[in-house]
Amino acid sequence: MHGRIKIKSTAQQEEEKRKEREKKLKIYVSARDTCFSKVTRVLLIQVVSNHQVLFSFLCGLCVSYLHSMFLLDTHCQRKEGILDEEALQVTQQLLSSNPDFATLWNYRREILMHLETVKEKDEVQKIYEAELAFLESCLKLNPKSYGSWHHRCWVSARLPRPDWSRELSLCDRCLSLDDRNFHCWDYRRMVVKVSGVPVAQELGFTDRLIGSNFSNYSSWHYRSTLLPLLHPESPESPSPSHEPPQPSPSHSPQTQSHRVCEEQLLKEYELVQNAFFTDPNDQSAWFYYRWLLGRAEREEMISCVYVSRDEERVAVAFSRPVNAQSVSLLLVLDGQPQKVEWKSVHPRFKHSPVCICDLPPGTISDITNEHNLTVHWTEKYTHRDCALYTGRTESWCRDSATDQELFRSELSVEKTSVLQSELQSCNQLLELEPLNKWCLLTIVLLMRALDPLGYEKETLAHFQTLKEVDPMRSAYYSDLCSKFIIENTVLKMEYAEVRVFSITDKNLTTLCHLDQLLLVTHINLSSNQLQQLPPQFAMLQCLEVLEVDNNRIENLEGVYHLPKLEEVLLKNNKISALADLQPLASCPKLRRLDLRGNPVTQAANIESELTALLPSVTDLLL
Amino acid sequence: MRSYYAANWASFTFNGLLSWIQQYQEEPQPKEVQDWSSLLDEGEELVYLSNPDSASISNLQVFCFTSEEDEEEAQSSDLPNPTEEKAVNEDTDVKPSADSNEEATTEKQETVGGAEEEQLQVTPTEGEEQDTDKPHLSTAQSQLEPTRKRITYAHLVKEGRRFNIDLVSKLMYSRGSLVDLLIKSNVSRYAEFKNVTRILTYRNGNVEQVPCSRADVFASRQLSVVEKRKLMRFLTSCMEETEEHQAYSGRPYLEFLCDQKLGDNLQHFLLHSIAMVTEDTPIEEGLAATRHFLRSLGRYGNTPFLFPLYGLGEIPQCFCRMCAVFGGIYCLRHSVDCLVVDKDTNRCKAVIDNRGQRISCSHFVVEDSYVGKKAAAPRRLLSRAVLITDGSVLPSDSDQQVSMVTIPPVAARYPVVKMVELCPSTMTCIPGTYLVHLTCQSAGSAYEDLAPVVTRCFHTPDSPDQENRPSVLWCVYFNMVDGSGVELEGHGLPSNVYVCSGLDSTLGHEYAIRQAELIFQKILPEEDFCPPAPNPEDIIYDGENPSTPAGEEDEDGAGEEGKREQSQTQE
Repeated sequence: MHGRIKIKSTAQQEEEKRKEREKKLKIYVSARDTCFSKVTRVLLIQVVSNHQVLFSFLCGLCVSYLHSMFLLDTHCQRKEGILDEEALQVTQQLLSSNPDFATLWNYRREILMHLETVKEKDEVQKIYEAELAFLESCLKLNPKSYGSWHHRCWVSARLPRPDWSRELSLCDRCLSLDDRNFHCWDYRRMVVKVSGVPVAQELGFTDRLIGSNFSNYSSWHYRSTLLPLLHPESPESPSPSHEPPQPSPSHSPQTQSHRVCEEQLLKEYELVQNAFFTDPNDQSAWFYYRWLLGRAEREEMISCVYVSRDEERVAVAFSRPVNAQSVSLLLVLDGQPQKVEWKSVHPRFKHSPVCICDLPPGTISDITNEHNLTVHWTEKYTHRDCALYTGRTESWCRDSATDQELFRSELSVEKTSVLQSELQSCNQLLELEPLNKWCLLTIVLLMRALDPLGYEKETLAHFQTLKEVDPMRSAYYSDLCSKFIIENTVLKMEYAEVRVFSITDKNLTTLCHLDQLLLVTHINLSSNQLQQLPPQFAMLQCLEVLEVDNNRIENLEGVYHLPKLEEVLLKNNKISALADLQPLASCPKLRRLDLRGNPVTQAANIESELTALLPSVTDLLL
Repeated sequence: MRSYYAANWASFTFNGLLSWIQQYQEEPQPKEVQDWSSLLDEGEELVYLSNPDSASISNLQVFCFTSEEDEEEAQSSDLPNPTEEKAVNEDTDVKPSADSNEEATTEKQETVGGAEEEQLQVTPTEGEEQDTDKPHLSTAQSQLEPTRKRITYAHLVKEGRRFNIDLVSKLMYSRGSLVDLLIKSNVSRYAEFKNVTRILTYRNGNVEQVPCSRADVFASRQLSVVEKRKLMRFLTSCMEETEEHQAYSGRPYLEFLCDQKLGDNLQHFLLHSIAMVTEDTPIEEGLAATRHFLRSLGRYGNTPFLFPLYGLGEIPQCFCRMCAVFGGIYCLRHSVDCLVVDKDTNRCKAVIDNRGQRISCSHFVVEDSYVGKKAAAPRRLLSRAVLITDGSVLPSDSDQQVSMVTIPPVAARYPVVKMVELCPSTMTCIPGTYLVHLTCQSAGSAYEDLAPVVTRCFHTPDSPDQENRPSVLWCVYFNMVDGSGVELEGHGLPSNVYVCSGLDSTLGHEYAIRQAELIFQKILPEEDFCPPAPNPEDIIYDGENPSTPAGEEDEDGAGEEGKREQSQTQE
């Protein structure tokens, strides 16, 4: 077969490759040894093995030991003036084949810092520029090397005359190759910050990235941080919270001004709609949309103060959970500050939207006296008064809540007309994609923001569809649906101004917003899917009658120190052990308990044990 | 007797094209049949081949709409001439020697750091290089505007060597068989490619961009959000065969599209620009074309197409180069006059060229036009036009767009036209110009078929009202044979003579590659077609191997394309 070029056989090629690898390894090892010998002059590695895995493992063990030796020695070397370019050379050789060798980067930094002190500024500039060039070759080898990116940050910061535009274009290049390289995103943020790239330019950058691929959280997220800076909400609209004189550390500056002016918002709505109409299954656009639709922050305030003469107890509800132990509350009774101990309603959680305290015995027990109570939330400069008139056993003071104030769902505050038109576009999409979960969920949220009661029926129907199209998350949808049903019921209760709360046969799977039920005396949750009465249930400080027949309750943890509770109806649940009934023992007024249809009733001696556990109960149904 | 490789696959400089035109415009000289029987041994006979050139190109018409005189240059000669200056600058930029060009590409690959999916070297069309150039270019142009209204013919001729004008107009599907073959065989190392940056279509008297990728659909301003959804939905759904598709079996694709209630916009895009089929194409074919388009999308960029830098003529050159590395020999200015056939075995033993040289061979591959019967039924023709224009049919932010334009019939009985507009960064034309290729199945002569499209899309003396459209500086129309209609079997030739067709009318290269592979397998049934070429370091250069005897180069394992070149260039 002439005319055919002879090609090395596979075995030959393998052999050559093996030799090549061996050669590389030898160079690597010897370079590393030189490097370490400069440090310790003790060569501990005599392992001349071809087994690279074992080898690098040993290296790893040695590194920390070497490093300490090495730092000691750098002092000696510096004295001797041996920290020199030769060491740079050697480490460069090593790092160019393995840029993730952190110790060597450290060593390099030591050397560079030393050189800075002995060289002219121009020379230093040159050395650092060479360093940047070297780093580029390392990044080509491994574009996600922590060591290389970190070292680049370090070098850029020390460069006498940095060329930020070059760094920026390096980032652009890296991100165009892999728009999810978060090392590069990080580095880019640093460059942008240090070099003061105009926000508008950065926004243009996100435009470009989103234009080429809109399935990228990083770009959308970056956009969400830039927009409020470039197009802040117009100042005349009221700020959602008052800036405290001394900003508390928990309050980051972003939350102050994370809203965007309406004109820009409309443009963003258009942009993001283009994305989710193009690909409604891509979540990144939907998440950005949720951000755009906004999140209302409730004003921090005391929403309710309740005082009970019989228990000599004060309960305070807040607009957000507070730490009962550390919240700065001041109780003033008839002009006298009282020394009381605030506590959460249940030991299981420290943070709670309801705090209680017991007044010193005898302070308000005389029913013929009238008392004026003020609770100050000193750190928030807010307070609430409450008057307990003669002849009354209890009293409260609260805002008459509206849906806007109570639950803005997760969406905010945009003008109704804007939300309305967003709802229309989503409905349009739903017509085309009736089974798209993101669209369904967004519609539900929009409906809640617009008119929770008016859209109740449609919302429930959408939840049904959601559970069917996304069975993996059906429990999540059930919980969310429960939340919305409870919110709606709270609203209806508010409008009716009653203290009875009833949700029956609605497939509730979870309880929430229990702080809103502070004043409720009768609760009926029969025929749902509840599995427990959670610790939060202890916020129902006025509760007298609890009906939870026909659920799946196994746990009564939340029925804890409810001072007025008299009746507990637990027919047909899953209480299986006497211990599960233990919390009831903390309710002093409990007299009627219905346990029919629970496994626990089958236990031997149950009646006598229950009598021992709950001596106050006179009416026990088993 | 050709002085260039690759027959109708060839690519010419402007000057080269002018001489090619001249050659065809001259009266074909009757070929003198020479008697080579003196070269025969016993038991052999001669089979004469015919002359292909006169037949394959016809209806050649050339128009120059720019000033033939050098007047403007003369006028402005006392001024500092920015045109010239720029041209010189660009020259050093864009025409590096072959070597430095290759270096540049390897460098590029290194910076890419293995992130690129395959080994094809696709240069970013609107990448950094262009961006840095742009401000310079645009300022230069704005300065030029007053002094230089139009590029003169003299300028075109002067800069002629910087044009690379293909006779054929095709594109490479990013997941087509040519790209696969280039990668598989390592022939890709000899070429660089650019993405076609946008798909356009001519509709209601306007040129519009067709959103075809996900990013395009997202960014499109002409589609409503509902249309966006419908389009994406349709594109996703047609990737898989559904019962709905089967229900339309045998009926036109258009009918299926209509029933999807997509609206006129989308229907036009899907039929003409994505499937690129006609209104009566059956659904199976329409869906297959759509899928081919979609599969290729996003591999290297936002459109499914690649175009080789320096023109399509590079592709056969690349295969030839690979072949030459392995000992293939090419002869220009030789044509094969006749075959020497062994009477007993009916095998071709040798060929005799026009100078009477007898060259032994064990296989002989030849284009059909050498063996075609003169009186055969009229062959299918393609209509072609090549235009040099002074602007893009759809100006945009970037002046370096490579556009594929689909043009539905402009009137009844007119064919569907495919137009490819190449910008200077494809290295096929000079800065300030665009090279436009138009192709269609012939209904009449090339001029009759394509001039209506040209006058609608461009400003020419025949369309004086189209002043806001780019002007045609120079153009040529010609017809060429559509190779897809050619019968390859049944010529009664010896069994070791293989006939291949010329180029076909489709946009991709599937037809040619399939044919090449078939012929290769007939010659060497045991061998892998275009196996990966070994790396240079794996080749043994120890001189053990005596030099190859002439005349048997056909047996080396290089590309079939290469082999076809051999036969075609032996004239």
